[in-house]
Amino acid sequence: MAIAEAAPSAARVPRQPDGFRTWTTVVSLAAPLVLILIVLVVGSNAVPALREFGPGFLWARTWNPVKDTFGALPFIIGTLITAFLGLAMALPVGVGVAVFLAEQGAPRIRGAIGTGVELLAAIPSVVYGIWGLYVLAPWLLLHVSRPLSERLGAIPAFSGPARQTNLLIASIVIAVMVLPTLSSISRDVIKAVPGGLREAGVALGATWWETIWKVVLPAARMGIFGATVLALGRALGETMAVTMTIGNRNDIPTSLLGPANTLASVIANEFSEATGSIYPAALIELGLVLMLVTLTVNIGALLLVRKVTRDVKL
Amino acid sequence: MAARLIVYVMAAIALLPLSLVLLFTVVKGLPALTHLEFFTNVERPVGIPGAGIAHAFMGTIVMVGIASLMALPVGVVAGVQLVEYGTGRIGDGVRLACDVLVGIPSIVIGLFIYALLVAPLHHFSALSGSVALAVLMLPVVVRTTEGAVGLVPGALREAGLALGLARWRVALQLILPAAIPGVVTGALLAVARAAGETAPLLFTAFGNRFMNLDPSKATSALPLIVYHDALTPFPDLVTTAWGAALVLVMLTLLVNLTSRAVLRRQIRMAGRI
Repeated sequence: MAIAEAAPSAARVPRQPDGFRTWTTVVSLAAPLVLILIVLVVGSNAVPALREFGPGFLWARTWNPVKDTFGALPFIIGTLITAFLGLAMALPVGVGVAVFLAEQGAPRIRGAIGTGVELLAAIPSVVYGIWGLYVLAPWLLLHVSRPLSERLGAIPAFSGPARQTNLLIASIVIAVMVLPTLSSISRDVIKAVPGGLREAGVALGATWWETIWKVVLPAARMGIFGATVLALGRALGETMAVTMTIGNRNDIPTSLLGPANTLASVIANEFSEATGSIYPAALIELGLVLMLVTLTVNIGALLLVRKVTRDVKL
Repeated sequence: MAARLIVYVMAAIALLPLSLVLLFTVVKGLPALTHLEFFTNVERPVGIPGAGIAHAFMGTIVMVGIASLMALPVGVVAGVQLVEYGTGRIGDGVRLACDVLVGIPSIVIGLFIYALLVAPLHHFSALSGSVALAVLMLPVVVRTTEGAVGLVPGALREAGLALGLARWRVALQLILPAAIPGVVTGALLAVARAAGETAPLLFTAFGNRFMNLDPSKATSALPLIVYHDALTPFPDLVTTAWGAALVLVMLTLLVNLTSRAVLRRQIRMAGRI
């Protein structure tokens, strides 16, 4: 409320020529300038690889630094599988939590759960990495991966021997890490659904669940979609925890239970050891691909979320 | 009733990972923290007892400190600008740029600084690590400052202007001091986030087995210790990694919980005025 009051009053003050305005505006341009600089610098450093491999880099299947053969496809596939699998696991929980936070429970419990979920975002990625590697991975191998490969090995996704570090665990870690993004934005969107809709649902005799499922969630669906896309941006670029749990193998993954690599994890893993000129450039091109994809995803999601929250509030 | 149960179960599932991560970090990290040398010594060769993380601790403090000196003033001024003048297109552009900058994968920031500072100078340095961390902190500081300053009641601004104060005086000496608790907590959150970042340091600060306080040389940091030591096959080093992870988690949780409490109080107070 306070924000809504403060902002218009700032606008109402008449404009005068003002040195303060000029220099603060110049300073505030730092963020856009850094953003542009990042795109330019990363782009220009990828040029040797762009020139050498052309667009075929994106669908070349082999990554073999020893022979100077570089293709991004294994990492693109690894990135897409972990990001989407992670999102699929996080989405029901995230929306469930958002409904809980927006609609349910005593304020005290709600506050505790809200804080708990948001603290998930505060824990450094590398801590998820060491936890995933030493706690989750051994447990998962014994209780999930091995049974899956023994019983459902005929299904391609679970074929091959189960490994301790694999795509599945990297996806689970990603799911945990995008949960706060998903639930906090979804909560705001659900809260922004006009109370009148809810009351109309209840007045028509709908139960609480029917009101949520058939009135509130459909009204909030664009916003929840936006939150999901924003979470996708996080999931695509997640680095340390994935690097430590995915197994780091540079082939096209054939099974969820086997090792793989993502765009981010192969850069983290190989860049400081990359020698010569074309090898680092190829890794920077992977970074360029990753950056352009996350930029597109994020800008799209941001515009969507902004539009939705603005529309709903009117 | 069953529907409510599902929602409650989802909420419980969401709390499970946090509790598990905290539990195991404490259980596995505490043995490393029990001897005091952990905080005073630097790394030792494998098998020799008494290894510590003092060099990483100092490295993190130096790098986050320099990064704060770069990001905080710029970020706070930009945040104030967004509240005072940010209603037009430029303001919208700055906001969008900040939100997009937050979403850029931190490993890409690492590549960016490597290409910008490390490769031309031909060596890794704490300074390049600081710049990378500053890039990560900047958008967070801008947006949290904007949020905190925006909470200050508009009547205060109008009162200042009505008394004939110049615009910059109103913004910097009236509005900003009123928003200080929120601005400081936002800055602390950004600092905590920077302290936990690993990916941007991999090819900038790189890591160092010895104590180094010279910003022009390669330096270790707490998250780098967690990453490097956790991936070794030696139990001693893995214990060190867990210890460093525990220190990191305690630091970030402490900052987050206190800043949350302060922010909540400020929002409540702003609502009362």
